[in-house]
Amino acid sequence: MKRIENWVGQLVIKYRWLFILGLLAIALMSASGMRFLTFSNNSRMYFSKDNPQLQALEALEQTYTRVENVLFIIAPKSGNVFEPQTLAALEFLTEESWKIPFSSRVNSLSNYQHTRALADDLIVEDLIRNANALTNKEIGDIKAVALAEPMLLNSMIAKDGSVTAVNINIIKPEDSSYETKKVSTAAVQLKKTMEDTYPFLDIYLSGGVMIDSAFGEAPVRDMRALIPLMFTLLLGLLVVSLRSVMATSCTLLVIILSASTGLGLAGWLGIALTPASANAPVIILTLAVADSIHILVTMFHQMRQGTNRHNAIRESIRINFQPVLVTSVTTAIGFLTMNFSDAPPFRDLGNIVAMGVLSAFIYSVFFLPALAAVLPLTTKQDNHSQSHLFVRLADFVITWRSPVFWSMLILIILSTTGISKIRLNDEFIKYFDRSYDFRVASDFSAEHLTGLEIIDWALESGEEGGINEPEYLKTVDAFAQWFRSQPEVRHVYTFTDIMKRLNQNMHGDDPAWYRLPEERDLAAQYLLLYEMNLPFGLDLNNRINLDKSATRMTVSIPNIGTAGVLDLERRGRKWLEDNAPSMSTYGSGLSIIFSYISARNIRSMLKGSVIALFLISLIMIIVLKDLKLGTLSLLPNLCPAFMAFGIWGFFVGQVGLAVSVLIAMTLGIVVDDTVHFLTKYQRGRKEHGMNSEEAVRYAFKTVGSAMWITTIALAAGFTILSFSGFQINSHMGSMTALTISLALLLDFFFLPALLLKLDQ
Amino acid sequence: MKTSLIILFFCVTALMSSHAFSETAEEKGLAIAIEADLRDKGFFDYTADMEMILKNKHGKESKRSIRIKTLEVADDGDKSLSIFDTPRDVKGTAFLTFSHKIGDDDQWLYLPALKRVKRINSRNKSGSFMGSEFAYEDIASQEVEKYTYKHLREEQYQGQDCLVGESYPVDQKNSGYTKRITWTDKKEYRVLKMEYYDRKQSLLKTLITEDHQQYLNKYWRPGMMHMVNHQTGKSTTLLWKNYQFHTGLTDKDFNSTSLKRAR
Repeated sequence: MKRIENWVGQLVIKYRWLFILGLLAIALMSASGMRFLTFSNNSRMYFSKDNPQLQALEALEQTYTRVENVLFIIAPKSGNVFEPQTLAALEFLTEESWKIPFSSRVNSLSNYQHTRALADDLIVEDLIRNANALTNKEIGDIKAVALAEPMLLNSMIAKDGSVTAVNINIIKPEDSSYETKKVSTAAVQLKKTMEDTYPFLDIYLSGGVMIDSAFGEAPVRDMRALIPLMFTLLLGLLVVSLRSVMATSCTLLVIILSASTGLGLAGWLGIALTPASANAPVIILTLAVADSIHILVTMFHQMRQGTNRHNAIRESIRINFQPVLVTSVTTAIGFLTMNFSDAPPFRDLGNIVAMGVLSAFIYSVFFLPALAAVLPLTTKQDNHSQSHLFVRLADFVITWRSPVFWSMLILIILSTTGISKIRLNDEFIKYFDRSYDFRVASDFSAEHLTGLEIIDWALESGEEGGINEPEYLKTVDAFAQWFRSQPEVRHVYTFTDIMKRLNQNMHGDDPAWYRLPEERDLAAQYLLLYEMNLPFGLDLNNRINLDKSATRMTVSIPNIGTAGVLDLERRGRKWLEDNAPSMSTYGSGLSIIFSYISARNIRSMLKGSVIALFLISLIMIIVLKDLKLGTLSLLPNLCPAFMAFGIWGFFVGQVGLAVSVLIAMTLGIVVDDTVHFLTKYQRGRKEHGMNSEEAVRYAFKTVGSAMWITTIALAAGFTILSFSGFQINSHMGSMTALTISLALLLDFFFLPALLLKLDQ
Repeated sequence: MKTSLIILFFCVTALMSSHAFSETAEEKGLAIAIEADLRDKGFFDYTADMEMILKNKHGKESKRSIRIKTLEVADDGDKSLSIFDTPRDVKGTAFLTFSHKIGDDDQWLYLPALKRVKRINSRNKSGSFMGSEFAYEDIASQEVEKYTYKHLREEQYQGQDCLVGESYPVDQKNSGYTKRITWTDKKEYRVLKMEYYDRKQSLLKTLITEDHQQYLNKYWRPGMMHMVNHQTGKSTTLLWKNYQFHTGLTDKDFNSTSLKRAR
């Protein structure tokens, strides 16, 4: 190893121009792959193909057609929907909604197919037609119908008549981001038209397509907002720690090259950017800066001691080659184990960062020194006062080793107990903060109408035409009524409501007949008559399957969170098992699969985390050539993540998907400080024959300041990630920043106290 | 229908004089529609059995069988009676239609379980017919007056010289379509293929007809009609059998009394 390090230094100095131009060319070539980068906007990207809940949902969609929706929520400023001008606006919006690309069905109060008896005939027609010409009495009638109809109430019209909605079902021919964009653009355009034409309305835009669109928007927003912030921060940090404009520029160049190499290679590999993986550049920038700092700080140190620049560069490479390589490899391993995640965006994130970190190593060791060899680098840096500070810190730990050790141990144990307070919550709507229009719209919708959280039930009768069997109808109706009696349920869509209504209509609108038909053929013929009367796009094909053997019931709940959704689904399943075992099935829907996502990913990442832990510990043992120290390093490496979980549990409590990758991700990062500290400690003991106290003091003096600076850079970098409007990223950012800070705390207090206790 | 006779005369003359003077694409489109209509005139009545096979995107099937009786009406649209044999829950249900050249068609449905005839709101003619991919307006009598036309081009389709033209529903508010494109073979004026465009102008469905047979040496009828919905991936196939012409049906076979005893 020693020979390689010397040889690398010689080579870099000798062929400096070749290295500068060659690596620059390689970097540009890799970075040119960025032109292939696409942004994925699909809420389902977080699920792998073999996710069982996704498979169940897709099976349901095969029967009833996969639909997504765009939801317009209309709130007249007057607080009353039942006014001619608002109803006219609703009618207009309903008509225009048919023109939205890939729309297959438009539902609103105005085109609700209201049924009534007229003499001996069944009249099926739009609830609202020519709204502008309606009399007060007619509007009153419409209001009475709307507020009494279980299909409409709380779904298309608010209880107090203040808010209504237009729902547009979208069937995208292919699942591409281009189509989502097309639909959302048209929807936004239509919203604008409505606002201009009907200024007395407040209009909100929500729905599945808008969520997908937000998933696509999030990475762009994050990159646009966070990367400049990151640069500003790094610039400040570098200027302060390096005290050289030239060195700062060189470092910035290295980290930009690293980030664009990572992203460019992702482009070449055809990886699409998602809200999670789009943060790879911010993470790469944060991680890459440490390598350069180590190289430059040593070089300046040598130069101040009178060494000429080329020799200082050679010496810096000799000293730093191994630690920089080791820390890069461990970091890369940590990120690469994200491939165990069930959520593809995390795999992408892990791979992009790993590529970026390894290229940062190459640029820091081969490109930066070569650049330093041709540029007039100087520094005003003076580490003296700082190292003095760290010697005092060392003295403190040495003097108070026992109290320090025990108080740290208590801190570790206490904070870790908070883990029990962690609750997994993945409400995909709350992934986005209120700076997203769609989140505001969804909250508004959840408040006044139904939320976006739904549980779908495919209820099988077991035979062709069986949905008309009175027994089946009764069971489905009882199931629907049971749901309606649950406090958290806002709306239940069941086709039995249509049946009851038809029965009433067929008996001259006598309310006494608002009940299920009692003969199978009668029910079937009512249904046939009704279906014959329905216009284009309003048929029942999304509710009833092809051979009329099954129907779909949809239960809507305002955003109640993962635990609530899972609990309701479990109770629903239990009801079926108890009351209708032949129909027994699982509830399905996007809310359900998101509700399982954290638990599933934590499980899948457990294996990854164990492998990362094993590999990284192995590397530690090899590097330190010491089984005891290597094993010991497990403690300060692993504890910070658990402490971070615990502190999070105490102060925040709820956490989502981000939690699953935390251990694997932070392990590779926090290990760096441990490596630096332990190698120096070991060098003190072995090379300089120091006792453990002197060795601890030596370690603090030599690397304390570097550990301090890099940790600040890292913690600050991940704190910036926490400003993301996308919850998974902001959680990941805050938790990682917390973990890294705790790791430094342990490395400064717990590790030396531990060493002093064991190495007496 | 005096005006339509005049138009008809005008167009037939135009066709015969074989481009003696130049006609617009709209005139030519109309002339083709009239010619097709003319070639089917005088069949008086026919009966046929139809099997309807519904398929979803993943190939799952469901079948219905229906008997059809149709009566030609001299100056108005045809009258037709459909009797449903399966699914068994709707056996004996009969659907009576009086189509009209101008205005909404009249429709009634007889429900045997209720023993009553119910009128159907024919404004909603754009809806699915028995859950199939055929809308009522697709299978209803195709009266010339219900559309306006525009001839596009001539091209080969399935080895036959075809006239390709667009037609637009006159009743735009209640139709599910903004436009249809039709491939009519030049020799026999049979519709071989039709594309349906929805309200947002995108291709919604394609109809393909096959196994055409000629009856009484004049009237062509398809043995198979296949409709694919491009947006949902669902499809419906109609298989026609036992065509019989001149069976002696009269107006009396197409009223509410006949509905009730249709089974």
